Amino acid sequence: MQVVAQESNRLRRFQQQFARALMDPVAGASDEMASLVVQPAFAIYRNTVHKGCIDALQANFPAVTRLVGEQWMRAAAAVFVQANLPRTPMLLEYGEQFAAFLAGFPPAADLPYLSDVARLDRYWTEAHVARDEVPLGADRITVLAPAELARTTLRPHASARWAWFDQQPIFSIWSRNRHDAADTSEMEWRGEGALIVRPVDSVQTTALSHAGAAFLDTCAAGGSLTDAALAALEVDATADLSQLMTGLLTAGAFGQIETAPR
Amino acid sequence: MNSHLSAGLGLKPQHFDAARDCRADGLWFEIHPENYMVEGGPRLAWLQAVRAQHPLSLHGVAMSLAADVDPDPAHLARFKRLVERFEPALVSEHLAWSTWDGAYRPDLLPFARTLEALLRIAANISRVQDALKRRIAIENPSHYLYFDGHEFGEIEFLAELVRRTGCGLLLDVNNVFVSARNLDADPIVYLDAFPGAFVEEIHLAGHSVDPNLGAALLIDSHDAPVAPEVWALYERLVTRIGARPTLIERDDNVPAFDELLAERARAHFTINTVGVSARHAVRAA
Repeated sequence: MQVVAQESNRLRRFQQQFARALMDPVAGASDEMASLVVQPAFAIYRNTVHKGCIDALQANFPAVTRLVGEQWMRAAAAVFVQANLPRTPMLLEYGEQFAAFLAGFPPAADLPYLSDVARLDRYWTEAHVARDEVPLGADRITVLAPAELARTTLRPHASARWAWFDQQPIFSIWSRNRHDAADTSEMEWRGEGALIVRPVDSVQTTALSHAGAAFLDTCAAGGSLTDAALAALEVDATADLSQLMTGLLTAGAFGQIETAPR
Repeated sequence: MNSHLSAGLGLKPQHFDAARDCRADGLWFEIHPENYMVEGGPRLAWLQAVRAQHPLSLHGVAMSLAADVDPDPAHLARFKRLVERFEPALVSEHLAWSTWDGAYRPDLLPFARTLEALLRIAANISRVQDALKRRIAIENPSHYLYFDGHEFGEIEFLAELVRRTGCGLLLDVNNVFVSARNLDADPIVYLDAFPGAFVEEIHLAGHSVDPNLGAALLIDSHDAPVAPEVWALYERLVTRIGARPTLIERDDNVPAFDELLAERARAHFTINTVGVSARHAVRAA
């Protein structure tokens, strides 16, 4: 019986060992695996797997690639792949942990903005593939009576991604390396936020104020419009709330509106 | 057999508009469904627009049928949603594995053709066909490695899968050529023995030579036009088994749409000349 049991696990053991050998061909292997790994053609599998992953990362992080150059990007991606194979076959979405990886990647220590730029590349991908949703029109807000604001919650659009970066002009750095290559004007070195959203068919990107980011954070957490306004004022007491709301609605940042019964 | 399908092309995002607007006779498009497994957005909208004008083929690269584990239910569900939405004329997968232990490797990995593998793969194909409520075609792989442990020849193995699951076959002629060269076999012997009645689709693609070993090791790289030797094998095959929907695959160094269309015209010509004069049995769809 034991022989049968062992026989029935052969395919599983082979896959375990082959998968390990793809990442590390010199790792201890059975005789069967050793006879495969020594064949020069084994490198084709190893190369194809690595190239597929690295190509996907390069495609998914174009601003990072432009900042550091293709050679640096592919070398960093190769290190990332070693510990982070894709979890799903949808390579369009590969690289969820790449920004966090760059934050702790010693060769990137001189580029303190790189990880956050990667985060915006990632947000672009997420916005690109998010579910479709009709963005909330401004007319839905203007009809609200002031007393209703405290009972009203705006849900961020299904594709909306945003962040505030306190220290560096991440949105400007990212935009220039993603699509505004021609803009070579002096960059003011201060905090910046970004809003990335796909209200209809194409991804739109806009600068976001600190107050705007706080406002969206509160909406996402389920807070009312009043809560969101207070959160915005807390980070910037001079924020123009009316302008802020108009800007977010124009960008298509919201999906659903919910007004709780009195 | 889908008699309205002649030669098709792999659909590339940069060619969406040209593909949608092209009116070549019998043209169809093949996609890798993994590239469209998204919740929303422009990709699905583009595909919908192409589908409104042309038949589609869904050619999966990641079902990992040869892994010793059931197909991933989440992946199968995503695949099924695409089949239901786009109603493809053809659906196919590979005789290979890629997902294992929670990680995906973007390649078509090999295995020894044992009885154990046969039983596992047959069970996996049946699960996929049951979920999709349709037959799928299984593609012969490209080979690079000599395995000691094979218990079946490849054609015998594929024929057993057909017998046990009712699946169809996708015959990739470039894979036959590449494998024969790499493993020192005769591609004509293989092609002439292939069970033509079960072939639902044919693939043609370009290959490249290994940068280190040269022409002794060919790589199924899909980055070049179809090689003359592969065209010759294709024409021999179609003469024997008759016409089948034939795809020109190109995944790297993708040229302009018109260049692919010109290459596709050669397969279309073969289908409508050699292919129609051959009179051979095809299993009823």
